[in-house]
Amino acid sequence: MGDSQYSFSLTTFSPSGKLVQIEHALTAVGSGQTSLGIKASNGVVIATEKKLPSILVDETSVQKIQALTPNIGVVYSGMGPDFRVLVRKSRKQAQQYYRLYKEHIPVTQLVRETAAVMQEFTQSGGVRPFGVSLLIAGYDDNGPQLYQVDPSGSYFSWKASAMGKNVSNAKTFLEKRYTEDMELDDAIHTAILTLKEGYEGQISSNNIEIGVIRSDREFRVLSPAEIKDFLEEVE
Amino acid sequence: MVGKNCFAIASDRRLGVQLQTIATDFQRVFKIHDKLYIGLSGLATDAQTLYQRLVFRHKLYQLREERDMKPETFASLVSAILYERRFGPYFCQPVIAGLGENDEPFICTMDCIGAKELAKDFVVSGTSSESLYGACESMYKPNMEPEELFETVSQALMASVDRDCLAGWGGHVFIVTPTEVQERVVKGRMD
Repeated sequence: MGDSQYSFSLTTFSPSGKLVQIEHALTAVGSGQTSLGIKASNGVVIATEKKLPSILVDETSVQKIQALTPNIGVVYSGMGPDFRVLVRKSRKQAQQYYRLYKEHIPVTQLVRETAAVMQEFTQSGGVRPFGVSLLIAGYDDNGPQLYQVDPSGSYFSWKASAMGKNVSNAKTFLEKRYTEDMELDDAIHTAILTLKEGYEGQISSNNIEIGVIRSDREFRVLSPAEIKDFLEEVE
Repeated sequence: MVGKNCFAIASDRRLGVQLQTIATDFQRVFKIHDKLYIGLSGLATDAQTLYQRLVFRHKLYQLREERDMKPETFASLVSAILYERRFGPYFCQPVIAGLGENDEPFICTMDCIGAKELAKDFVVSGTSSESLYGACESMYKPNMEPEELFETVSQALMASVDRDCLAGWGGHVFIVTPTEVQERVVKGRMD
């Protein structure tokens, strides 16, 4: 196929109408650790595997789920360093919005601006796309919301979604298990079960991370003790 | 001035250059959306330009967020825009009035570099502001109905501008309730 001849430059379309670098970025995402999110009727939960390269790594220093504002959190699949840069930029944008309007940024606006940043890196010279897909979870005046943002800068609102290594199995599992009026605690159990499905090895409170936002609009990452409680309920 | 589930915003109608009167029908109170008005006193050119910039920002906000701006948010925006020009300011003092969440009246004023001043009863600005403070203070009562509010605002405005040679030539009063807006021109001393 002539496509591979066009894969050297980000800003050149291939004859089939694709930007091959973005396809490669999506492949990088697809080989990242699985993460997922579920929107419940009264909140949102996001979760991810936290497989560390060695038992010598201090797992408390690794934080895959981050808060962007007090009421918006984010998780990723793909390259960790790219994620850190995006988190930094998004946090700055959220604060700029607050400084201008003295009002917390709505989830859709933050998603839109983050997606715009990711799109910039697909249309500039000398840069490469971000190698991450993000799942942004938030609770604002429009209720609980879950958005996925891809390296190309496109974003979608999901009721439940997964990304990374085990995406097709995870999505099938979620499709079967998801109900419209699910409550947040059910959603957390479903999230854990979905992660368990594709997990190679034994799942425990130290090798997964879960973030929740309830109707109190405070995004929190669950502590290992809380995760242990949920794990026990699931068993 | 704040009333019961409503507010009034009013201005005089003179446009002048020191002692010469150029126009007697100058509009100084502008609508941002159905429940948000801004009055801009001071240099006429700055008032018009600032109004155009604010409408521009508000229209973009409406398109992006698919909703109207709340009065508190708008006041923060005006304050930020004025402070951007801290060392070469717009010579304008805005008066902002709107109905916020649950149609609660909201009023505030600020100086020409964006120092916000919120109030629960009334706010004033312009050349007759000292007179206006006195008149409003004595005539204001809390929880006035729209009709009574109109009378009070008109009396306070006319009494103050009559003593000020740079203001007057009638008054322009808007009474805004959750359901309707009444716009009235008040006849005063034409001098």
